[in-house]
Amino acid sequence: MRITATVNGTTHQADDVWPGESLLFVLRERMGLPGSKNACEQGECGSCTVYLDGVPVCACLVAAGQADGRQIVTVEGLAAGGALHPVQQAFIDAGAVQCGFCTPGLLVAAHDLLARDPSPSEADVREALAGNLCRCTGYEKILDAVRLAAARLAAGPGGDGA
Amino acid sequence: MEFLRPESLGEALAARAAHPEAVPLAGGTDVMVELNFARRRPAALLDLTRVGELTGWHADGGTVRVGAGVTYAELTGERASGGQTALGRLLPGLAMAARTVGSPQIRNRGTIGGNLGSASPAGDCHPVLLASGASVEAASVRGRRQVPIDDFFTGVKRNALAPDELITAVLVPAPGGPEQFAKIGTRNAMVIAVAAFAIVLDPVRRRVGTGIGSAAPTPVRAVAAERLLAGALAGDGLWESRGPLPEQVVTEFGQAVSAAASPIDDVRGTAGYRKQALAVLASRTLGWAWRDYRAAGQQAGRG
Ligand SMILES: Cc1cc2nc3c(=O)[nH]c(=O)nc-3n(C[C@H](O)[C@H](O)[C@H](O)COP(=O)(O)OP(=O)(O)OC[C@H]3O[C@@H](n4cnc5c(N)ncnc54)[C@H](O)[C@@H]3O)c2cc1C
Ligand code: FES
Ligand code: FES
Repeated sequence: MRITATVNGTTHQADDVWPGESLLFVLRERMGLPGSKNACEQGECGSCTVYLDGVPVCACLVAAGQADGRQIVTVEGLAAGGALHPVQQAFIDAGAVQCGFCTPGLLVAAHDLLARDPSPSEADVREALAGNLCRCTGYEKILDAVRLAAARLAAGPGGDGA
Repeated sequence: MEFLRPESLGEALAARAAHPEAVPLAGGTDVMVELNFARRRPAALLDLTRVGELTGWHADGGTVRVGAGVTYAELTGERASGGQTALGRLLPGLAMAARTVGSPQIRNRGTIGGNLGSASPAGDCHPVLLASGASVEAASVRGRRQVPIDDFFTGVKRNALAPDELITAVLVPAPGGPEQFAKIGTRNAMVIAVAAFAIVLDPVRRRVGTGIGSAAPTPVRAVAAERLLAGALAGDGLWESRGPLPEQVVTEFGQAVSAAASPIDDVRGTAGYRKQALAVLASRTLGWAWRDYRAAGQQAGRG
């Protein structure tokens, strides 16, 4: 079947899609957007997290046909105008990226959290990231990155949050 | 593979009748895992996510009608401003159970109808629905019917739906009494219950409801425990006095719940552990529910 969806603001089309394949497969293998990662294909790791109609979901658990006509934002869509989003910059600055496989999913999850709640509690951060596994960092740097991003976003454009 | 995408309930029921081999697909959090791992290769998928009639909820008298397509996140209200919704306030037990499901991504997508469709003994909605005395609304081109939750689970991952039926909604009585749910697992997120328990106290009808998860081939009620507790509450005038629960009643209730389970040993836990855990969960949730009931009485007294 043919799938047409708005991905990161532009219309993408894929032909001869097997309807039972996942949105993750469509994004990576048919639309040339390999940012979202495939690590488990069973909803356990969150490395495939994307926005579907504004809500973070595991792309590996969305059937291709279900995504037809929908709005999707992947990690590739977070940076605007050539500049990294503050959440992305904070991950780099806090040293929250090692192998990087978990990073795209964590970025979408953290982006969503801070969009809903600009100053989340420690418990809220842990809860929001509970669906994302990282085998490298031990999570502490990731939590630091989210705190840093929250502080910078609160300080506003150009602010350093210090 | 055919991909059927009805846009109304009428179209969905017609498609269900015409394609009995098609697998209904809601949030996909169970179905897609099976497809990704090639455990299942259905001839067709019947996508329900475009059927508006399956979404949303409304309260009608003492009953809340929750559409089959309502997600866990809608039940918990976690994406709503203030972190709670009117639905979560009306059905606190279901909201508590939903809160323990998977992860935010899973709760954003997984539905109550899908939980019932899978009918896993570990499904987290089930203990609460049993304890509440809910019914499942099923529809087909032949018409609509209500299946009492006690008759819905017919075996391991089997339910009472006919091949041409879809779940359209769940009807949950909301008596406004205390409700509690607790589950045991290895960590807070992403955990299939090793054992789960729900309790609902209905002060108006003087009814005690229970539901056990992950400790029998299907989710089950602990009927003898319900009778024991209802008897003790009535006999000692506790519904009216809201006095402290005798320790012995709490212990015996836990033992009776444990006795109602018929668990197995598996990778998540042994049968013996599950029995012990259920006794603890039952006593604890009863303690919490009774604490809530007493606090509500004090508030009303002050009001
Ligand atoms: C990582 C992960 C963690 C999970 N954690 C939990 C957990 O903690 N607790 C828990 O209970 N579950 C858990 N699950 C299982 C799953 O999320 C739930 O069972 C969920 O409720 C399924 O809903 P869905 O909408 O995704 O169903 P789908 O996968 O779309 O469908 C599930 C089944 O129901 C059928 N179905 C769906 N809708 C209907 C309908 N309207 N009428 C008839 N049949 C229908 C489908 O054909 C299928 O057989 C988890 C799953 C994953 C992947
Ligand atoms: S690849 Fe989707 S959750 Fe792991
Ligand atoms: S950085 Fe390697 S998995 Fe997270």
